[in-house]
Amino acid sequence: MRDLEEQPHFVAPYDESVSFDELPDAPPTQAYRPTITGWIGIIITSFWLFIAIFGQWLAPYGENELPFPDDYSEFQVPKEGATLGTDVEDRDVMSRIMYGAGRTIGISVAATVMAYFIGVVLGIGAAVSDPKVDMVVSRINDAFLSLPTIMLGLVVVAAVGSSIPVLIVTAGLIYASVVYRLARAIGMEIMVMDYVEAAKVRGEGRWWIITREIWPNARMPLITDFGLRLIYVILFISSLSFLGLGVQPPQADWGSMVRENLGALQYGDSMLAVIAPALSIATLTVAINMVVDDVSAHGGGKLAKRL
Amino acid sequence: MLSLIIKRLGIGLIIVFAVSIIIFFGTKILPGDAAQIRLGQEATEANVAAMRERLGLDKPYYLQYLTWLGDFVRGDMGVSLASDTPITSLIADRYINTVYVAVLTAAIGVPISLTLGILAAMFPGSLYDRILTFVSVSLVAAPEFFTATLLVLLFVFVLGVGNAVVVGSAEGKGLFELIAHFALPIATLSFVIASQLIRMSRAAVLNVMSSPYIEMAILKGTPRRRIILRHALLNAIGPIVNVIALNLAYLVTGVIVVEVYFGYPGLATLIVQAVQTRDFVLIQGLGMIFCLTYVILMLVADIAAFASNPRLRHPK
Repeated sequence: MRDLEEQPHFVAPYDESVSFDELPDAPPTQAYRPTITGWIGIIITSFWLFIAIFGQWLAPYGENELPFPDDYSEFQVPKEGATLGTDVEDRDVMSRIMYGAGRTIGISVAATVMAYFIGVVLGIGAAVSDPKVDMVVSRINDAFLSLPTIMLGLVVVAAVGSSIPVLIVTAGLIYASVVYRLARAIGMEIMVMDYVEAAKVRGEGRWWIITREIWPNARMPLITDFGLRLIYVILFISSLSFLGLGVQPPQADWGSMVRENLGALQYGDSMLAVIAPALSIATLTVAINMVVDDVSAHGGGKLAKRL
Repeated sequence: MLSLIIKRLGIGLIIVFAVSIIIFFGTKILPGDAAQIRLGQEATEANVAAMRERLGLDKPYYLQYLTWLGDFVRGDMGVSLASDTPITSLIADRYINTVYVAVLTAAIGVPISLTLGILAAMFPGSLYDRILTFVSVSLVAAPEFFTATLLVLLFVFVLGVGNAVVVGSAEGKGLFELIAHFALPIATLSFVIASQLIRMSRAAVLNVMSSPYIEMAILKGTPRRRIILRHALLNAIGPIVNVIALNLAYLVTGVIVVEVYFGYPGLATLIVQAVQTRDFVLIQGLGMIFCLTYVILMLVADIAAFASNPRLRHPK
């Protein structure tokens, strides 16, 4: 993968419509117009964002409220009053998904923003600074990158216990190392360009070069990658929650909902309690992926192939 | 070549060393004291102090770390805090279980997905290619437990085979029972790595396809199948091997979620229990095993990339 990333983007033979091998990852000259897949992605992503923000007021029941207080049977099939059925503790699955949306998406967005802030500042910083400083920071970063993310998450959660701030900071720091590598690579690429050389000869300061030369050119690939990184963070947070080490009950979150309701797999017709949260995560991440693919295909970038 | 491999091995050793530091000191900041946990709440202070001395907890951290690392290298991972049994005996059976699943997944998933990916590269832009690309892109972005749920739906409720919940060991089961036993976890993991492998092998072959000597082959009228199988594929082997190794490394993390989903008695379920019971001696041992496997596979990926690409072997 590492090997492939660094290769220039390929053009399939026999394809006359794509002939520019050297399309840059630069801001597109034409305004972005989504294709059909792009629109589908945008619609689904906006739908989930809407639910994430307003879900808790739209939900028919409270997060831990019982739709049928007199009926103690778990995993009820969908019926009047519980559109998606009930879960292992007889709570309304749909309401919990709406509450969980805010938590899952909120935590992931917060963590990704943090990862980007740290990663971009350090990465661009490393690209413009002394090679020695760059080497030290990059080697430390490599050590973190060489660990499976979920192991790092497990060790941290074991050490300090799980809570929402801990989850955000853990995911943020883990993914900051990936963003760092990307930001540094992009920064390095730009630093050897002639126009940066020219700016240096003109006697421009380091800050000027960062804000006027590097940032405008690094912005587009970084923004596209943000979407991709968000997918990974959502998967990471949900996996931790699924393992019972993320968001703690009774708070709802899509990953932990799958875990809580795993028992439903034994009852054929009430599997919705497992399917619904799993499907929510899948639709969200696949939709974001569609948007990212569409945007980067429009920009002619290599990002579409990075996933 | 040899010196490069030795250099890579050196870097690998340094990484393992760094990992051991992160894991050891990461678990050291845990609240609670190993001696106290082992003796329980009612232990007198004198008992706890004696236990601390026996476990070596009264020594400075760096000495504790060196002893722990030395023991680990010799295969002694200490005694579990929760169950008071040696970690090596706790791990042994489960390690074999996990290796079973990983090896079977690699043996089944890798050849199938490589074939699919190369076929897609043979007919770029065809309906087959577009459907395969769409499915694999969607599967990459979907969580493992979603794929698992879909497969359970398919196998258990539509086809009526397989076990939704895998329990117990594989011993003493007939061939068909064994297939049902392993089918779902392996199918799930195969899907997860297939989605990556299909995309990457397709990209690797197409990447080679855009090089001048392929153009030459096209111009002289070589049939397309021959171009792909004889000219392109051989040169794409390097990147493909690299991708396989990286994906097997990815299996190390993917297996955690899948094992827990199916209740499979492997290392992953053990480490989740260890985190929940805060058995940090066990976490240290398992963490090291997982990270070692991961680092070794990454090393293999690096070496494969070097071995297959003369341009990397002789940098300018």
